[in-house]
Amino acid sequence: MLDARTLQQLTDIVGAENIATGAQDLICYGYDATQMEFLPDAVVHPDSAEQVSRVLQLANKENFPVFPRGAGSGFTGGALPKGGGVVLVTTRMNRILRIDTDNLVAEVEPGVVTEAFQMAVEKLGLFYPPDPASLKFSTLGGNVAECAGGPRAVKYGVTKDFVMGLEVVLPTGAIIRTGGETVKGVVGYDLTKLLCGSEGTLGIITKIIFKLLPYPDSKKTMLTVFDSIDGAARAVSTIIKNKIIPTTLEFMDHATLTCVERRFNLGMPESARAVLLIEVDGDRDLIEKQAGQIHKLIEPLGLVQFRVAKDAAESEELWRVRRLVSPSLRDVNPDKFNEDIVVPRSKVPDVIRRIEVIQKRYDIPIVNFGHAGDGNIHVNIMIDKSVPGQLEKAHEAIKEVFQAALDLGGTMSGEHGVGLAKQPYIPLELNAEQIAAMKAIKGALDPNNILNPGKMLP
Amino acid sequence: MTKKHTDPLERVAQEMKKCVKCGACRANCPAFGTFQREPATARGKVALAQHLVKGDITLDDGTYSAMSKCLLCGSCVDKCPNQVPTDEIVIAAREALAQRRGLTTFHKAVGQVIRNRKLMNLGALAAAVLGPIFFRKVPSTSGLRLRFPMPFIGGSRHIPQIAKKPFMKRHPEIIKGEPGKPTIVFFVGCMTNFVYTEIGEATLALFRHLGCTVIIPQGQQCCGLPGMSGGDLETVRELAEQNLAAIEKHQADYVMTACATCGGALHKLYPLVVGKRNPELKARLQAVADKTVDAAVLLQKLGLHPEETGTGQRMRITYHDPCHHRTAGIAKQPRALLKETPGLELVEMEGADRCCGLGGTFNVYHYESSLDINAGKSKAIIDTGADAVVTGCPGCIMQLSDGLKQAGDKTRVLHTVELLARKIRR
Ligand SMILES: Cc1cc2nc3c(=O)[nH]c(=O)nc-3n(C[C@H](O)[C@H](O)[C@H](O)COP(=O)(O)OP(=O)(O)OC[C@H]3O[C@@H](n4cnc5c(N)ncnc54)[C@H](O)[C@@H]3O)c2cc1C
Ligand code: SF4
Ligand code: SF4
Repeated sequence: MLDARTLQQLTDIVGAENIATGAQDLICYGYDATQMEFLPDAVVHPDSAEQVSRVLQLANKENFPVFPRGAGSGFTGGALPKGGGVVLVTTRMNRILRIDTDNLVAEVEPGVVTEAFQMAVEKLGLFYPPDPASLKFSTLGGNVAECAGGPRAVKYGVTKDFVMGLEVVLPTGAIIRTGGETVKGVVGYDLTKLLCGSEGTLGIITKIIFKLLPYPDSKKTMLTVFDSIDGAARAVSTIIKNKIIPTTLEFMDHATLTCVERRFNLGMPESARAVLLIEVDGDRDLIEKQAGQIHKLIEPLGLVQFRVAKDAAESEELWRVRRLVSPSLRDVNPDKFNEDIVVPRSKVPDVIRRIEVIQKRYDIPIVNFGHAGDGNIHVNIMIDKSVPGQLEKAHEAIKEVFQAALDLGGTMSGEHGVGLAKQPYIPLELNAEQIAAMKAIKGALDPNNILNPGKMLP
Repeated sequence: MTKKHTDPLERVAQEMKKCVKCGACRANCPAFGTFQREPATARGKVALAQHLVKGDITLDDGTYSAMSKCLLCGSCVDKCPNQVPTDEIVIAAREALAQRRGLTTFHKAVGQVIRNRKLMNLGALAAAVLGPIFFRKVPSTSGLRLRFPMPFIGGSRHIPQIAKKPFMKRHPEIIKGEPGKPTIVFFVGCMTNFVYTEIGEATLALFRHLGCTVIIPQGQQCCGLPGMSGGDLETVRELAEQNLAAIEKHQADYVMTACATCGGALHKLYPLVVGKRNPELKARLQAVADKTVDAAVLLQKLGLHPEETGTGQRMRITYHDPCHHRTAGIAKQPRALLKETPGLELVEMEGADRCCGLGGTFNVYHYESSLDINAGKSKAIIDTGADAVVTGCPGCIMQLSDGLKQAGDKTRVLHTVELLARKIRR
């Protein structure tokens, strides 16, 4: 609990309008997309790096934890104030400071909503590719802190591939800059990369310098249907082996298709066992050619349907299949655990087969879809929490799914991070030495364990 | 907390469970857009309602205030992957809170006036209550609005010129059409009856042009939406029954409204709030709901030829989707009619389907925020360079006119039917 004097000091820093301690605010800043809930003692909405710095200095002096928060759309509880303390919300810092069309860089504050930034650069003919499915509401600060990725990662990479530099308030309150605006730069440790994906445990990001690209000329969307998951997976490797890197290679397994079909009746062929949504972008002539090549390459792999969108409206229609996945899943069971494992892309069929075995053993529905192009699979374990024993079963099954990914040379999370949700499983992937090295970094930067304590590292 | 107080929330308790707190509803929520705080989001309101049901939160001003920060625009419901009906949850929460805390003085007055047509017919009094609900401050120099002191909310507000003679007093109850043509009950609504009578005249002219028999039931009342806004669901129930009786007196093929808000009440709200308590009444309301249709949709359905009826003048227009249309899936039909009208060029504005900021009594309690939302709308309209913005809701017309005037802009604001009826009314 914060005492009255500390609250007053916080109020002095951010202004009375920007601090809340009423029950309503505590409730509304105590959840995120994990559906866990922990109530903070206060919520502050600072407006500058300087205010953030003063909050952290006070936290060190008065010894209370601070939890950075963007939009609270995280899937692993990274922004949740477990144990109480102060939630620090970045949404007032939401200015796009500049878009430099000469050097193709932009400087933004962390509270900017991802899509707003994309639209602003696109108006200038530029392109910011990272596109997490949450882009309409998640913040760029949250994206950097989680190193968010999306379907375009196959070709363009993830958030960290576009971060050139940061302004960060360290847990002790010091304000530093990392990286810069130059394409090259090798002086000192690469703190920019360290902070990308640090889940708000090493510093609070107050400015971001992003690299931008020219907006691609045009794009082409294809919906391809296969009679086996193997066919779809082989299609992925065949396309890439033939030196075509699509923007997007999204896949849906049979269980996913069944859900979508049952709910929305899209008229998929009877023999459909897997779907690949493929998108290529770039020069108009080139993508025409690539689309033709792709069709030829995947034809022999059990292709039962191939649809190409003629225009943007048709492209949207094809994407609809993918977007309907989420609303369809609830029909299977009311509660879901959405895990986002990654395996080398050639191992996708192997891991799907292992998941099938796990599903049978535990007798709970598991639905898989995701980014086949980078081997990132969203494994949805569907349960009904009100049925006794299901939750325990789900946890066991999740552990086995993680193990399967690791056995095949993969990782437990490609997008959502660790936060609170995956923390118990960390020792499956990281050994004692690795964890010790990470803890040493945390300890050095945050000696009083003020910033987002209890997250990520066990 | 007594059982009674949680009743309305029990109605939506199952629906609340569907919310996974993903945050998708933050996108385009006008309330969040202006307040920038999580309790103003749909997700926040669902979380608070869940705590209300659990009974572990004191029903203090904070919750009331959070629930008041909603325009019931339904945009969150469109965005929600799990189709959580936040609008219904907010209505239920407001009712629950009103039951517990009692209605505010202002909402009590709203309820009293909208329940009393005789009072409403006194015009000025109706304006006193409806004005601030539907109206914004406009420069007093505009001469457009008469000033009226608002004892309930303090200060003074500028409200619209009330029609000299209400629309319904100008016409008989039954206006016979050609034999074999559809019979239509016209649910007029307060704004059209007392303020924008030209919308009523245009609607009437169009359906007469099509040969329809138009019935204007004299017993009809306010639809009750202003009451719902403040949690006064009892008034809504009472009005629903009176309107039902007035409509049921006549044999009609359609119940038609030229007001998106009234349409929303008849079509969705009535069956919803009458609830489980009276299944027989609910079934009758549902029967009316099934027959309820928007004027533009019905005109299209009955085969209006805009070439014959249209404006006969060249005009660049843009179209604003009223929330109560968007949530009922009405968007293509009015646009199709306008596109077919010779001389009209339709240009889309950015965010045509975004709320104008009126939101029932939202604009009384959150005047500055309502202005803020409206300002964004005005900008989108002005950016199109259109001569007129067209829409299907008299409430939106008031709000849009006000926003544009405040922005010092001359774009005209018209109802779809006004444009369509130009030539035949001339
Ligand atoms: C429907 C849905 C779809 C999603 N799709 C994807 C997807 O496709 N790809 C993907 O990668 N993720 C996805 N996510 C997860 C989530 O949206 C991302 O992790 C996103 O980047 C979180 O951003 P946020 O602003 O909501 O951050 P929050 O949830 O508020 O915070 C996330 C973490 O970042 C930290 N943080 C936030 N701001 C700062 C800051 N300024 N400085 C330091 N730390 C900070 C927090 O402490 C926390 O640890 C999805 C989530 C949802 C609900
Ligand atoms: S979009 Fe729907 S499920 Fe997601 S937080 Fe909002 S109301 Fe809940
Ligand atoms: S109904 Fe509209 S204002 Fe209310 S929470 Fe939903 S989006 Fe926001």
